[in-house]
Amino acid sequence: MLRDKFKRPAVTEAENTGREEQRAGKENWQEILPQVPDGMFRKCGSCKKILYEKDVRDNWYCCPKCGTGFRIDPLTRIRMTADVHSFQEWDADLCGGNPLDFPEYEEKLEQLRAKTGLADAVLTGTAAIRGIPVAIGAMSADFLMGSMGWAVGERLTRLIERAETEALPVILFCCSGGARMQEGIVSLMQMAKISQALQRYSEHGGLYIPVLTDPTMGGVTASFAMLGDVILAEPGAMIGFAGARVIRQTIGQKLPEGFQSAEFLQKHGFIDRIVKRDQMRGTLSFLLRSSG
Amino acid sequence: MAQLEETGKCTQEVSAWDQVQAARSMTRPVSGDYISTVFDRFLELHGDRLYGDDRAVIAGVAQLGDRYVTVIGEQKGRSAKENKVRNFGMPNPEGYRKALRLMKQAEKFGRPIILFVDTPGAFCGVEAEERGQGEAIARNLFELAGFTVPVLSIIIGEGGSGGALALAMANEVWMLENSVYSILSPEGFAAILWKNGKRAAEAAEVMKMTAVELKKLGVIDKVLAESEELEEVPEQEQAELTGKQKTKNLLPKNQVATAQKERKADTLITADRARMDSLAQRLRAEIEGFLERYEKKSGEEIREERYQKFRRM
Repeated sequence: MLRDKFKRPAVTEAENTGREEQRAGKENWQEILPQVPDGMFRKCGSCKKILYEKDVRDNWYCCPKCGTGFRIDPLTRIRMTADVHSFQEWDADLCGGNPLDFPEYEEKLEQLRAKTGLADAVLTGTAAIRGIPVAIGAMSADFLMGSMGWAVGERLTRLIERAETEALPVILFCCSGGARMQEGIVSLMQMAKISQALQRYSEHGGLYIPVLTDPTMGGVTASFAMLGDVILAEPGAMIGFAGARVIRQTIGQKLPEGFQSAEFLQKHGFIDRIVKRDQMRGTLSFLLRSSG
Repeated sequence: MAQLEETGKCTQEVSAWDQVQAARSMTRPVSGDYISTVFDRFLELHGDRLYGDDRAVIAGVAQLGDRYVTVIGEQKGRSAKENKVRNFGMPNPEGYRKALRLMKQAEKFGRPIILFVDTPGAFCGVEAEERGQGEAIARNLFELAGFTVPVLSIIIGEGGSGGALALAMANEVWMLENSVYSILSPEGFAAILWKNGKRAAEAAEVMKMTAVELKKLGVIDKVLAESEELEEVPEQEQAELTGKQKTKNLLPKNQVATAQKERKADTLITADRARMDSLAQRLRAEIEGFLERYEKKSGEEIREERYQKFRRM
């Protein structure tokens, strides 16, 4: 309804100054995506309504009916966040191996590389957010559920190291089921590798902002997701360490309402702020300006 | 002490699954056993100053000859009763935060840090999530990177994933020959990748989770031989203790209680001294060697070496 467009929740000044730019930016980031053919639909996993694909895209890839965010690929995520045409990829060809000689793992990786156009489960590089240069990364749920193996670990470590050298803040959109099983103990070591890079980077004054998206679990939560100077999260994102099923089996009881949602984590003191997609750019920009 | 890196093979011909079972055995010495037999004195210190005192983690200051070190271990129970107290060696966030508090104390006073790792994993309960289990582990990894004191980690039983890594980001990581270290339990691995948790034995081989395999991969630095045979617990007794094992060779009920008492399994820090002495002496010598080597290095060198070790992974 037209009237609904004028209903807004109370906004802070930071968000308000962001809105004009966002409205301007909104047309721009969509223009650089491929056109959506007429008549394309998708179903919201949350409210189950059938939605026009174009309406979903116009609404920041959130359901226009219930507001739930759809998972988005890393390039779209970066384009949605950064200034138009500002993104330059780093370490584009970095690929991992098969440290456990796990059967059919290499074939699986090749299929995913062909399907997603990504070398592995994270895209990294540099971009600008309202003119402020940043080191930026975004993880891919389509690539083995964003799982972290050697390639993700190495690419993120290089992102952080180069951000330190070039004095750039680090913005990282986290999306992962956790460590990559097929790489076994090597995946576990990535937690240490990335965390120590963040420690060194932090000691040199670097600003690191992880944005936790749905889902952020396991070894990712137990390493870089929880080490931000400011930790942001998307509404309703599932964020936790152990999987809900494992916890239910361990305790033999029902889980609390909203368990492991971003809202739950904020209530328990582990998230700085929950940020809706249309406010993300403005929020990041404010934090970048205030912590430079 | 016999180092397997020289011989390149196990002193016992066992499968990875056998070693998993050994690492999980109820009769295997726990952190407290090593602490009480390796060091001359140990003063236990409690609490994370934020929430509580996690009994799954035992920590404090120890004396080893003329030296003082901070010692932290994940403590399993040696009986069903003690396991309840120790939560089977599965720390809650307050356990990692206690460890961190004492590691920072060690850094402040220039004491080396000796860590004993033995956990099925960080505890996965509702309260653990509410109190930030992921954050507690992450914070340990972050802070360990900054320490300029030498850090030694010894995996004495199960190295269960992030819950182990939080105490294993060290200058040197050693494993006892029958201990294991992995991203997940073999049961979990089999369930996730093969949809069949019963293929755990197969998973254990694939995962390269044994000491010798991990040395080959360059993930750990030293494998320590355990020369004593592990004590076999009668099947019936195991069933009474864990409630999970199938029973074979049943002891009559009236004999079970006696067998349990004779094992003296209910005291908190229990070592079978006849079996521990030799192993403890050898471990002590190794630890002293480590401390001697690192005394020659500067704080910056120590920190940088640790960084490069994990940077290469």
